[in-house]
Amino acid sequence: MNFALPMAAGAAALLGIASFVGVDWDAPPVETEQVGYRGTGMFVSKDAGEAAAGRAANVVPESPWEPDPEGERASEVYENVQVLGHLSDDQFTQFMASITEWVSPEAGCAYCHNVENMASDEVYTKIVSRRMIQMNQAINVDWQTHVGTTGVTCYTCHRGNPVPKEVWYRDLEPKPASRGYRDGQNVAGVFSGNSSLPQNALESYLLGNEEIRVHADTALPTGAQTATTKETEKTWALMMHMSESLNANCVTCHNSRAFNDWDQSPPQRVTAWYGIRMARQLNTDYMVGLTPVFPMDAQHRGPEGDVLKVSCATCHNGVQKPLYGVSMLDDYEDSLRKKSNTEVPDYTGFVTPQAVVIDE
Amino acid sequence: MPEYQNIFTAIQVRGHLEEGMPLPAGESLRIGRPQHNYWVGKIGNAQLGPIYLGFLGSLSLLCGTIAFLIIGLNMLASVGWDPIQFVRQLFWLGLEPPGPEWGFRIIPPLNEGGWWIIAGFFLTTSVLLWWVRTYRRAVALGLGTHVPWAFASAIFLFLVLGFIRPLLMGSWAEAVPFGIFPHLDWTASFSIRYGNLYYNPFHCLSIVFLYGSVLLFAMHGATILAVSRYGGERELEQITDRGTASERAALFWRWTMGFNATMESVHRWAWWFAVLTTLTGGIGILLTGTVVDNWYLWGIKHGIVAPVPDLYPTVVDPLLAAGGIQ
Repeated sequence: MNFALPMAAGAAALLGIASFVGVDWDAPPVETEQVGYRGTGMFVSKDAGEAAAGRAANVVPESPWEPDPEGERASEVYENVQVLGHLSDDQFTQFMASITEWVSPEAGCAYCHNVENMASDEVYTKIVSRRMIQMNQAINVDWQTHVGTTGVTCYTCHRGNPVPKEVWYRDLEPKPASRGYRDGQNVAGVFSGNSSLPQNALESYLLGNEEIRVHADTALPTGAQTATTKETEKTWALMMHMSESLNANCVTCHNSRAFNDWDQSPPQRVTAWYGIRMARQLNTDYMVGLTPVFPMDAQHRGPEGDVLKVSCATCHNGVQKPLYGVSMLDDYEDSLRKKSNTEVPDYTGFVTPQAVVIDE
Repeated sequence: MPEYQNIFTAIQVRGHLEEGMPLPAGESLRIGRPQHNYWVGKIGNAQLGPIYLGFLGSLSLLCGTIAFLIIGLNMLASVGWDPIQFVRQLFWLGLEPPGPEWGFRIIPPLNEGGWWIIAGFFLTTSVLLWWVRTYRRAVALGLGTHVPWAFASAIFLFLVLGFIRPLLMGSWAEAVPFGIFPHLDWTASFSIRYGNLYYNPFHCLSIVFLYGSVLLFAMHGATILAVSRYGGERELEQITDRGTASERAALFWRWTMGFNATMESVHRWAWWFAVLTTLTGGIGILLTGTVVDNWYLWGIKHGIVAPVPDLYPTVVDPLLAAGGIQ
């Protein structure tokens, strides 16, 4: 009996199905690094090919020039400088040159400014970017528990795109028919690592304040922990998102034999814990507040009309330390490493502008 | 590949087509004209049919079909009746039990878990009717009732997962969804929520019996195939009148591991291992959440968790370190 034919047919069928449903396999070589005690199976694995591509895609751009901190203040030279007025004229110009490269290298200054009158706030993107600069400063000052002294710049998320590539929104697709019930899960979820886990876990944890801890702290039931397997699936969806965002596996942060036990967790878990709180605050305090300012189009909002929001992937872009941990802040000491104007603008009543065609 | 490793039946014996013994008066008829099939003969008896369905079998099939359709149509509806997405995402699709907000209420709105309960009801009815059928057919043929009782052990696990445990926990949300990935997600979530099923001793036992069943099946299947050149596959004759096949099989195991089962007792081994897999598994599930809330901590308490040195002394729960902010 010749088995080669049925075996080959079986393998071909398997590969066919795999390519049809879109599995995400790592091709060898895969490198592993031991991060836990022997016998606990705590190995962080890295796809060597992907890692090389990641390095190439995460090169930090150079500062256009080294700015002179002395001289007249920007607030004295220009009109309507609300957040960066404390910079010197040279620092201000250097920052404007950089932010253009980081965010709108194609559209240039005109992406945010009326070039006839640079001081004018008539282009909505200028309003957004002013708030984003405040956000950037707040991250570097208030969230060193997560970003350390490496900090972030606009480039960490934007990477030359006016809208960062990795953002999230409320995802109800594909919409069930009136009688269908899938409880917000059981489709390939874009924001849950293509798993069949709940699709909108990010909304629960990175916008809402739902409890992530689903374990009981005692061996026997006391009634204190009321979470069911359903809440657990939602927590797990968040973890899958984090894993996909950082290209990291479970044991990067956990000893999987006791996921909840902090004593057995690598220090990365503490950093991640603050990261969840940071993303939540960025969404509630900055992104959601900006909702009226963004145009009603598919480029700036999700299909349900909500504003595009921040997740772990927004900064990390598939790398455990964004931009491989290289700090850009030394060149933006006064503009981004400290807070200046912390006033929270009120956008209620803002007239939503029509969609701006960027290509022109 | 050597010719005699008969993975498939090497020789197809074809006699007269059999209708089987006459049925007692008042019973339904067997359905279908029996026929020989070459490919069926490759893996078993070449005769296909007739089949006895009767009232219970027909009702069981009907209930099973209803459950299958409810689940399938819910899956199709969950992608907005899109047939392409239905095929593409088939493994992802599922039908969810009611959420925690409904507790153990019968019946929540169809759209919020009611369909799951109805599908579960029909599936359970179908399985139970099929069980009665296996029992009655066994008795009708003058057999022991070993098959129905083994089946009952599997049904026990099924009922624990979908009904008894949710009842004890007071929430349908604890039950298993229908669907390929969804039920796997449930399995892993269940283990995560209850502190790692690995430390549940009944889970340990269930795995011992599961893997043990596999081992026994491999040993027994291999032994019988190996002695089939001496007529060893005619096990019943070998039990009552031990011949050279049986002798050689027994000697093989006695010489390699010092002990051998008999042609008869090996089937008791297999039956008990299979039955105990689902029986101990069901007990393990039943205890989870009802009697034990965190199996890892339970394992610590009872000394079954291997300690590891504190490799990360600086790590503290930031919720405590941050003084209560969440």
